[in-house]
Amino acid sequence: MHRFANPARFLRLAALVLPWVSVLSALLFAAGLYLALFVSPEDYQQGDTVRIMYIHVPAAWMAMFAYSSMAVAAACALVWRHPLAEVYSKAAAPLGAGFTLLCLVTGSLWGEPMWGTWWVWDARLTSVLILFFLYLGYMALVDAFDDPQRGHRAGSILLLVGAINVPIIKFSVDWWNTLHQPASVLRMDGPSIHGDMLWPLLILALAFKTYFAATVILRMRAELAERKIQTLRLTQAGGV
Amino acid sequence: MADFFHMGGYAIYVWSSYGLALLILVGLLAASLGTLRRKERMLRSLEQTLPRRRRAVAGDGEGKP
Repeated sequence: MHRFANPARFLRLAALVLPWVSVLSALLFAAGLYLALFVSPEDYQQGDTVRIMYIHVPAAWMAMFAYSSMAVAAACALVWRHPLAEVYSKAAAPLGAGFTLLCLVTGSLWGEPMWGTWWVWDARLTSVLILFFLYLGYMALVDAFDDPQRGHRAGSILLLVGAINVPIIKFSVDWWNTLHQPASVLRMDGPSIHGDMLWPLLILALAFKTYFAATVILRMRAELAERKIQTLRLTQAGGV
Repeated sequence: MADFFHMGGYAIYVWSSYGLALLILVGLLAASLGTLRRKERMLRSLEQTLPRRRRAVAGDGEGKP
């Protein structure tokens, strides 16, 4: 992993990867949206509202993936002082928050016609709301210190403590009674959802993931540029 | 085509979901691109001024008796 710790090497690698993931993401979105909106059938009980799933579920997966990866990066930052780990977490946080917000709102838009309510305070919905607040809390905390190093350290600790919420989200539908359905794709005995609905879901999930990869690279480049600006300003102030 | 937009009577829920997805994903991408461009421009202009200052400082040093 430390082979990629060097920011210059990361920037070279990122420049190589970025065009590919960008094109791949655009293609996956085109194919996934076509399948989701035109090809996939309506549900026999839920009608066309089932199409909300193709946005809601990839957003939920990405909300959890982004947070988990940020928590791993936080561990790398605290234990090994990996110089890019903090850059990654800071870059990924607004994206994760966006995915979580999208998951919550599409869930409401699905819940109102199908459950008869926009919101219930059950374990799944509440734990995802907490995830959203963890993202916002992390973003506020990182910028709350005059010394960016202290901000990143505090943020990393928050990310690690908040990681307990991730398994709670995943298993909340099994551990507590809820209106929310249990997992139908990521289960021990294989997906219980038909291929006509599974394929658009998986393709859009990959589209979300490649979108995340491309955007997080852009954000990491911006953060690395910002760090260089800070260093230059310091040398400038020292030199005069 | 009208059927397609009607979404079996659930148009408001389905299209709001897809619309919000578009809004959030495009919004975050545009914001990220904008920040990147701004920072890179700032970095370039700083890098252009810094060597000049160094040269100026070095020149002053040489010019002193």
